[in-house]
Amino acid sequence: MEILSAIIGFLVNEVFSKPYYLVGLMTAIGLIALRRPISQIIGGTLKATMGFLILVVGAITVIQALDPLGKLILGATGVRGVVPTNEAIVALAQREYGQLTATLMFLGFLASLVIARLTNLRYVFLTGHHIFYMATMLAVILVTAGLTGIWTIIIGAILLGTIMVVMPAFAQPWMRAVTGGEKIAMGHFGSLGYIAGGVAGQLVARLAGGKTKSTEEIEFPAGLRFLREPMVGTAVAMLFIYLIFAIWYAARVGTAEAVKGVGLPEGTTLASYLMAQVLNALNFGVGVAVILLGVRTIIGEVVPAFAGIAERIVPGALPALDCPVSFPYAPNAVLIGFLASVVGGLVSLGLIALIQPVLALALILPGMVPHFFTGGTAGVFGNATGGRWGAVLGGFVNGVMITFLPAFLLQVLGALGFANTTFGDADFAWYGIVIGNIARMGGIVGAAGVLIVAILLVALASWFQSRYVERGWVPGQGFVGQPASGR
Amino acid sequence: MKILAVCGMGLGSGLLLRMQVEKALQRIGKQADVEVADIGVARAMAQTADLIVTTRELAERLGDVKPRVITISNFVDLEEMIRKLKEALQDL
Repeated sequence: MEILSAIIGFLVNEVFSKPYYLVGLMTAIGLIALRRPISQIIGGTLKATMGFLILVVGAITVIQALDPLGKLILGATGVRGVVPTNEAIVALAQREYGQLTATLMFLGFLASLVIARLTNLRYVFLTGHHIFYMATMLAVILVTAGLTGIWTIIIGAILLGTIMVVMPAFAQPWMRAVTGGEKIAMGHFGSLGYIAGGVAGQLVARLAGGKTKSTEEIEFPAGLRFLREPMVGTAVAMLFIYLIFAIWYAARVGTAEAVKGVGLPEGTTLASYLMAQVLNALNFGVGVAVILLGVRTIIGEVVPAFAGIAERIVPGALPALDCPVSFPYAPNAVLIGFLASVVGGLVSLGLIALIQPVLALALILPGMVPHFFTGGTAGVFGNATGGRWGAVLGGFVNGVMITFLPAFLLQVLGALGFANTTFGDADFAWYGIVIGNIARMGGIVGAAGVLIVAILLVALASWFQSRYVERGWVPGQGFVGQPASGR
Repeated sequence: MKILAVCGMGLGSGLLLRMQVEKALQRIGKQADVEVADIGVARAMAQTADLIVTTRELAERLGDVKPRVITISNFVDLEEMIRKLKEALQDL
């Protein structure tokens, strides 16, 4: 008996409580369930474990780069500033919430399959990094709200499984307008922004008495193409952000005071103070690149296992895929939507600054990764329903949403809300705000409250699925009587 | 043989391409290592790859690279992937 309890103690303390081993273990289970060859099981398990460790290394670089940015913005404006970047906040959260995140990711995926199996919401969400990010956010919010123990895991898994099947259903009619009825769904947690983009396009079409010309009839200056590389876009934007606030801060309090404020040695010149910020901006990009390598390594092993399991539990379900699958349908709309989204973000930043004295919101600066991917996709959706002006308005609306919503999300993230970065995409924000504020009521009330939200969402999505999706409704075209998808 | 699946961030859609390539290879009865890369590092990784699979607009971003580049327009159309892979593998 003593040996048995020693083994259990070892497993609990040295394996189950370490998120990196836990991720490896879950991957191993997935690969074993699919009866993969032993070499692949060992390789995959090790890679997933090391992917998690890479993520933690990237987090350290990101923290070191973000810390001075927080001081610069606070020093310059007197208000807290935040640059939403999913990769950064997720990596930072793993130090405290890694174990719960890993557990939720796997159980949440299984929960989504169970819901897909039992209802008409036959979608399999295959965007691994977004499952991981959403698991992280739910872990942070539920723990911050005071949930403990096994209930956090059960409730978290149900909440994750729910959002993974309801969002593809809600986005499906607009996704159909984009793809022309391909058998794919949108599996990305920026979906509320894409639906808004699609509706914005419908509005444009109504006001203009028909769709405006498609974005794809525009010749684009090739010089703008470099913007399509998100890492470069991020580095350029971060350079601007660091330098603007560094100069602003120094101009406000004097160089000596600003140098002290960001923790540089006394006597540092203005030039080296500014160059230190250039280095910070580039290091932020480096940290994100390292984190991406980690995430890529984890999901590269996990998602194929997920896909194999899903094929067995819900055969024939519609795959819900990452947002860039929509890009080939309208590449110009991606660029237009992205630029319009940044403009929407900057306008909203101005508005937040205006109402700041009343509501005490943090300044949400434009994070280039969310603006590129979600703004670009919203542009594609807007173009599909309203043409080029639909793409412009769609991107703009998305930009407004991913600026205002994260400002309110910060309030339910607890200590992690002070990390100068946060979740960027629309669904993280709206779901987090709803779940966080209800869970905050505490105890049984909070726990029951969020479960009721999950049930209502599934019921609403299920109704939407049978009323609109299965009857072939395409926005702007009416019921075109396509065969029901996902069946 | 090494095949590179390239997308913007090297996350979701690149992984999807990788899974499709692997499925297609299985159907054709060929073996290869398939890796995912983001557009930022793809040019460097192309040095050691035999074939690149990506979308049209990212192929433009890649510019001139050593291996042959296949562009896929539909991420879930396995027949398209098989047809294009077969064609490219014949020439290798």
